[in-house]
Amino acid sequence: MKIGVLVNEGPYTHEASDSAYNFTKAALEKGHEIYRVFFYHDGVNNATRLTEPPRDDRNIVNRWSELSKQHNLDLVVCIAAAQRRGVMDENEAKRQGKDAHNLAEGFRISGLGQLVEAGIQSDRLVTFGD
Amino acid sequence: MSDQEMDMEEGGVVKQFMFVNRKAPYGTIYALEGLEVVLISAAFEQDVSMAFIDDGVYELKKGQDTKALGQKNFSPTYRALEGYDIEKLYVEKESMAVRGLTVEDFAVDVTVLDHAEMAAKMAEQDVLISF
Repeated sequence: MKIGVLVNEGPYTHEASDSAYNFTKAALEKGHEIYRVFFYHDGVNNATRLTEPPRDDRNIVNRWSELSKQHNLDLVVCIAAAQRRGVMDENEAKRQGKDAHNLAEGFRISGLGQLVEAGIQSDRLVTFGD
Repeated sequence: MSDQEMDMEEGGVVKQFMFVNRKAPYGTIYALEGLEVVLISAAFEQDVSMAFIDDGVYELKKGQDTKALGQKNFSPTYRALEGYDIEKLYVEKESMAVRGLTVEDFAVDVTVLDHAEMAAKMAEQDVLISF
């Protein structure tokens, strides 16, 4: 089955990102195709590489990056939601005149059309978040 | 898969998209950012509808004034949806009743469905996105 995943909450505060990760990993292991993982609302905070949890805790951001590397996963962060919350890649930082950028490896920033497209192209769109 | 999807020969797939609005308009960002997705979806020529349940029914309330909140009043956007061919707005009867709202309180024309009818409408959809 071709599956789209929507992550609507940030890391650590809500379990949604953990659940989305576990679901995505399990689906891939079962041989399903993940068309795209789209991060919206506070979900964009899953994509900042400045995340540094205590050593005995899981690193939610790195975990997504690694899964992306292993499976060539398309991890897309909504640009409008990301701009509101201070998540940007190098190009966007330059364009906005910011002195830093923080997008983690394996993620890309794009528009909301990518979410609608995931709904159209996938057999199921599965949402994680409140 | 909906019938429309099978009928499409070119120009891509048309699916039934329902955006489910469950939150009051200003306490969280979900209503505003949800509306942004709805507007984008119009560009994809999909069969789009919106459902308003729980506190989501407050999103449609007439006469919103957000000055004291220091937030933008985005309620006029609901009236603009018609211009994007988004005309199917379903409101759950029970959610209105427990909040003392009638259709007179809303800024737009809506279809009122009871709990069971709303569930049936949801079951027809290809894609449900809930905010």
